[in-house]
Amino acid sequence: MTPKAATAALRLLAQVLLTLFGLLLATFLIARVVPIDPVLAVVGDRASAEVYQRVRAELGLDQPLWVQFYRYVSLVLHGDFGRSVLTRNLVTADIARFLPATIELATAATALGVLLGIPLGVLAAARQGSWLDQLIRVVGLLGYSIPVFWLGLMALLVFYAEIGWAAGPGRLDVFYEDRLAPTTGLLLVDSALAGDWAIFRSALAHLLLPAGVLGYFSLAYISRMTRSFMLDQLGEEYIVTARAKGLSEARVLWRHALGNVLMPLVTVIALSYASLLEGSVLTETVFAWPGIGSYLTNSLLSIDMNAVLGGTLVVGVIFVTVNLLADLLYRLLDPRMR
Amino acid sequence: MSALLLSGTALAAPPRDTIVMGKGIDDIVSLDPAEVYEASGGEVVGNLYDRLIDTEPAAPAQLRPALALDWQVGADGLTYTLTLRADAHFADGAPVTAADAAFSLQRALKLDKAPALVLQQLGLTRDNAGERVRAPDEHRLVIVTPQPVAPGLVFACLTSTVASVVERSVVMAHAQEGDFGNFWLATHAAGSGPYRLAVWHPAERYILDADPAYWGGAPANRRIIVRHIKEAATQRLMLLRGDLDYARDLDADQLAAISGDPRFRLDRGVQTLITYLALNQRNPYLRRPEVIEAIKYLVDYAGMARAVLGPTRILHQAFEPQGFLGAIDDLPFGYDPARARALLAEAGLGQGFDVTIDVRNAWPSLDMAQALQASFAEAGIRLGLIPGDGKQVLTKYRARHHDIFLGEWGPDYPDPHSNAEAFIVNPDNSDQAAKKTPAWRNSWSDTALAARVAAAREERDAARRAELYRALQRDHQERAPFVFMYQYVEVAAHAADVDGFVIGRGPARNRYGAIKRR
Repeated sequence: MTPKAATAALRLLAQVLLTLFGLLLATFLIARVVPIDPVLAVVGDRASAEVYQRVRAELGLDQPLWVQFYRYVSLVLHGDFGRSVLTRNLVTADIARFLPATIELATAATALGVLLGIPLGVLAAARQGSWLDQLIRVVGLLGYSIPVFWLGLMALLVFYAEIGWAAGPGRLDVFYEDRLAPTTGLLLVDSALAGDWAIFRSALAHLLLPAGVLGYFSLAYISRMTRSFMLDQLGEEYIVTARAKGLSEARVLWRHALGNVLMPLVTVIALSYASLLEGSVLTETVFAWPGIGSYLTNSLLSIDMNAVLGGTLVVGVIFVTVNLLADLLYRLLDPRMR
Repeated sequence: MSALLLSGTALAAPPRDTIVMGKGIDDIVSLDPAEVYEASGGEVVGNLYDRLIDTEPAAPAQLRPALALDWQVGADGLTYTLTLRADAHFADGAPVTAADAAFSLQRALKLDKAPALVLQQLGLTRDNAGERVRAPDEHRLVIVTPQPVAPGLVFACLTSTVASVVERSVVMAHAQEGDFGNFWLATHAAGSGPYRLAVWHPAERYILDADPAYWGGAPANRRIIVRHIKEAATQRLMLLRGDLDYARDLDADQLAAISGDPRFRLDRGVQTLITYLALNQRNPYLRRPEVIEAIKYLVDYAGMARAVLGPTRILHQAFEPQGFLGAIDDLPFGYDPARARALLAEAGLGQGFDVTIDVRNAWPSLDMAQALQASFAEAGIRLGLIPGDGKQVLTKYRARHHDIFLGEWGPDYPDPHSNAEAFIVNPDNSDQAAKKTPAWRNSWSDTALAARVAAAREERDAARRAELYRALQRDHQERAPFVFMYQYVEVAAHAADVDGFVIGRGPARNRYGAIKRR
C-alpha cells in the first residue's frame, strides 16, 4: 500500500468512526428527550415509588446524562452491548435473530427492484413520450405515492386471502418454525445448507409477497432514476455517433448508454438497499415479519436504551458499509476514479 | 410460482390437536409470576402456573379450590391456614408442596417487583415474609397477617398472578446474585399448571405443550401456539385463510365484518378493565363541581358504544367492574347537552372554555376522543386532542401534566379494595408521594371517602362489606372527577370448528385448557 493510499484509508476509517460516534450520541440524546419514561416499560404503571426508584437506579437513569453515555460507550468499546430490558436477551443475540430476517427481505426486494426497475427505466427512456413511457411513469409514480401499509394489506387480501396464490404472514408456515437450527439466520440459505427443501419452499413462498411489495417501491425508485439518467445519456454526442456508425438500437441502449448510467445507478441502488436494511417497520408489521425495524421501533417506544443504541449502531455500520461498497464499486466501474 | 410453492408446502397442515392464535404479544417483558404485570404475560403465566385459590372465570367474587383444597381463618382474624392437595405436580414430575407455596410468596415479597404490592395489601413485606408465611408441614401453608383485613381481600390476593406457585428447587438452581432465579424465570417456567413452556421467543411466539397428567384433567388440546401478529387486519386475513384458529385483537369493524359469516364464531368475555375520563384538578376549570358534573352529561355513552366500540365494550359508570363484590350497574348519566350547558352557565362558563385531552393514538381511544370532541362542543367546551404513543401518554398522566386523560384501568386483584383505593385514596398529594393512584394523578382527594375505603377494607362480613362499596361508588359517581364510561369485553374471533377458549374476568384468567377442534 502506498503512503498516499494508507493516509486515505486512515482518513476513511476516522470518518467512519466519527460517523458512528455521532450516530450513537444523536440516538442517545434523542431517546433521552422523547417524553416517555423508560422505567415504565420495566415496572409497569402500578409499581410503588420504592420499586420505581430502585429500577431507575438499576437502569442508571439517576446518573447525569454524560455519565450514562460514557458508561455505555465504554461497554460498547469492550464489545458489550448490554441486555434488552424487554426481551432479557443480549442485544447482540437479539440483533443476530432479527437482522437476518430484514437482510433476507431487503435483498430479495432490491433484487426485484433492480431486475425489473432498470429494464423498465431503459425502455421508458428509449420510448420517451410513448404510451409505454407513460405507463412506466405511472407505475413509478404510484410506487412513490401509495402508502406501503395499504399496498401490503391489499396484496395480502388479494394474493393470500382471496385467490390463495401467496403464503401468509410470517417467515415460515407455523409448523416449520423452530425445526431448523440457525446458521446464518437467512432461512433460504440455512434450509438449503441443511437440504431441507420443504422449509426452503415454505420460506420462499412466505418471502415472495413482502419482497414483492417492498420490491415495487424499490422498482419505482430505480426505474425513475434509470429513466432520468438514460435520458441524459441519450442526448450525448457519443450516442449520436454510435447510431451514425450503424450500431443496432439495442446495442446503443443496453451497452453504450446503460454502461455509462450504471455508475450513478450503483449509488441509487446502494441507497435503496441500505434504507431497506434499516428495516421497513410498516411492511414488517403487516406481514408479521420479525425484522430489525419492528425490533427497533418497539425498543424505542419503550426507551429500551441498550436495544435502541445497539440496534442503531449496527444499522449505522451496515449503512456505512453499503456506502463504502458502493464507493468501491464506483471506482471499479469508472477508471477515472481510480 | 408462488402457487407452485404453496402446493409444495401443503404438508404443513396443522395437527388437529394444535391450536394457533394470533395476538400482539410484544408487551411481555417477563414470564416470572413475581414480575409479570402486563396483560399478555398474565395470560401465559395463568396457563403455566397454578395459584393456591382460583375464582370462577366469569365471577371473580366466587372462589374455588386450586392448589389449596380448603382455607380457614383463625379465631384471631389474622391466621389463615390453607391445605394443599396431594396430587399436584410440577412440569418435572416433582410434587407441589406447601414449602414451594411458602417459598413462592416469600420470593415475590423479597424480590419486591411491581406485583408485590398485591401481597403487601395484607401487611406482608420483604422483611416479615419469612416469619409470616410458613409451611408447618408438607400440605399446610400458614399466613399470618400483621393486622386484621377482610378475609375476602386475603383470598382475592391469593388468586392473583403474583401468588402463582413456582418450583423452589428448580428456581433456586438458577439463582444468581441473590435474584431468586428471577433472571432465569423471566424467560423460562417452573410451574404446575396445565401447560409447559415449550418455546418462548420474545415478540415472536410462544408455544405451550399440554401436561396430560395435570391434576385438573388433561387439556383438550396438545399444543397452543401464539404468534405475535401486531396488525389486526393481518389477523383477520389469517383467520379467513385458516392459518389462525383464533384472532384475538380484531377491532369493531373487523368483528362486524365476520360476525355474519357461518365459518366463524365470536367468544365474548366481560373483563375487569374500565374505560374512564380523568379530570385533572390542577386545571382551574375542571376543578369546579358544576364542570365535573356537566362533563358527565357530555359523553354520548350509547352513541359512542354503537358507532365506535361495537361488541368490545359495555356501558358501565362505576369504579368497580361488574362481577366484583359490591359492583353496581346504575347508569345515572346520559348524553344531555342542555343540562350540561345549564351547569356550565351556573359555573359562569356559559361561553365554554378550552381544554385538552391526552389520548393513545390507536383504536379505539383516538376515535373515542374525536367523538368526545364533538359532543363537548355542544356545550361550548373546545376539546383539543393530544394523541401520543401509549407510554408517552401514560408518562404525562403520571406526571400530572394533562388536563383530561382518556384511559383504561384494571384492578390489581379481584377484590373491590383495589379499585376503591385507586380512585379514592390519595393521602399525600405532593409530587413526592409514595402512592401514585389515579386519585393522586388527578390531584383529587376526599378524606371522608378515603376513611370509608379503609373501613370497607377491614369489614369481615361480606354482605356488609358489599353494601359499603355500593354506597362508596354512588357517592363517588356524584362528586369525583372521574367519568366512568365502559367495561372492556374481550372478543376472540375463531374458526367455527374450534371452541372452548375461556375468557375470564381478566387476561390472567383466560384459559386454553378446554380449547378443542371438533
